[in-house]
Amino acid sequence: MKDLLQNPDFQLVFWSFVKIFVILNGLLGVVSYMILAERKVAGRMQGRPGPNRVGPAGTLQPIADVIKLFFKEEFIPAAANKVIFNIAPALAVIPALVSFSIVPIGPNFTVTDLNVGLLLFLAMSSIGVYAVTLGGWSSNNKYALLGGLRSSAQMISYELAMGLSTIGVLMLTGSLSMVEIVKAQQNLPFILFQPLAFVIFMITALAETNRAPFDLPEAEAELVAGFHTEYSSMKFGLFFLGEFTNVITICSIATTLFLGGWNGPWLPDSLKFIWFFAKLAVLVFFFMWVRWTFPRLRYDQLMNLGWKILLPLSLANVLVTGLAMYWLQNR
Amino acid sequence: MREYIPVLMFVIVAIGFAGVTLGLSQITMPIRRNARKMAPYECGVEPVGSARNRFHVKFYLVALLFILFDIEAVFLYPWAVTFRQLGLYGLIEMGLFILILFIGYVYLLGKRALEWES
Repeated sequence: MKDLLQNPDFQLVFWSFVKIFVILNGLLGVVSYMILAERKVAGRMQGRPGPNRVGPAGTLQPIADVIKLFFKEEFIPAAANKVIFNIAPALAVIPALVSFSIVPIGPNFTVTDLNVGLLLFLAMSSIGVYAVTLGGWSSNNKYALLGGLRSSAQMISYELAMGLSTIGVLMLTGSLSMVEIVKAQQNLPFILFQPLAFVIFMITALAETNRAPFDLPEAEAELVAGFHTEYSSMKFGLFFLGEFTNVITICSIATTLFLGGWNGPWLPDSLKFIWFFAKLAVLVFFFMWVRWTFPRLRYDQLMNLGWKILLPLSLANVLVTGLAMYWLQNR
Repeated sequence: MREYIPVLMFVIVAIGFAGVTLGLSQITMPIRRNARKMAPYECGVEPVGSARNRFHVKFYLVALLFILFDIEAVFLYPWAVTFRQLGLYGLIEMGLFILILFIGYVYLLGKRALEWES
């Protein structure tokens, strides 16, 4: 037994499992309460209090919502493709959760320190596009199909600009590992060196997560409910959960890449995760703020923005960063 | 390769979570089916035609262009990570690469492949 405990492989698996368990439960809890926070923030921005009946100031609302979703009837529409219809919601949630395995929450708290951590995040967000397309197509519903196609076209268009905007950060760090990127920002966060890349990343993050003002594919007035028209009960719940988990994941990545991750003054190493969560909260609030401030973009305006403005800008950012770094190294 | 074991574990745990959630909801939900509920939703009217229609080729174009520019981004990643060691030579090389792809991009704009909902 003692040999088993000393075995480094067993220790790796055990501690990884502990970290995964903590992160998964923490993430699910944070996402449920983020949904409540969104509704309260939305309410306040619209001059009303938001949910405040269930529990003190509405704090038991997410639990009530989850219980309601479990007890709702759910069915697969006639002639829908059963297998894919069932897989699509799971496919929406899994990449969003797995991307959290590379995010450095504190100085020693990363599930794993991959040396290509950033690429894992980009790969997972590409897999998330499948969920939307398959969900829309398998529903056997014209609106769902159109919504799914438009949403996936939007997501892949903005994924390009997102990937390219992270290249400036990579040039400054010299490594794809997220832990290295946070360590490289011990003195100054990269937002000071890459302001344009930060702006591009936030705009593309809004489009990647299908949030306003880029939420035409799931807009209630235009396309019924887009690709999740035919979904109900927990399958819809998983899509919804996946969308909000994506928001938190992308904001965590933005915090790590541009705002310095867990770096911050005055706190000892064991409490540095508080800085991480504070920065994350600011970015998530920004997402909610933008949702209730700007009108929705029309689809061709959305695609124009992605292809004709953000893509050339992010390429220009790469070249300018390269030139500036070369000039500063060699003056 | 040892670093990927936690990622694999996380994938398995996430699949387990999604499976348990869906399975639990199948157990706890009421089942009262009728033909009207099972029909595809079309704003309350009878559905017209099949949902497996053809769709516009511009979606295919977007996907194809995404592949092309994503390959470009993939080539940019190793260059960016080793940028400091490559010096001016590397910068000019990559500048030429981006320029060639940019010429292709300008051709796309001129041919109006990215017009009207891309």
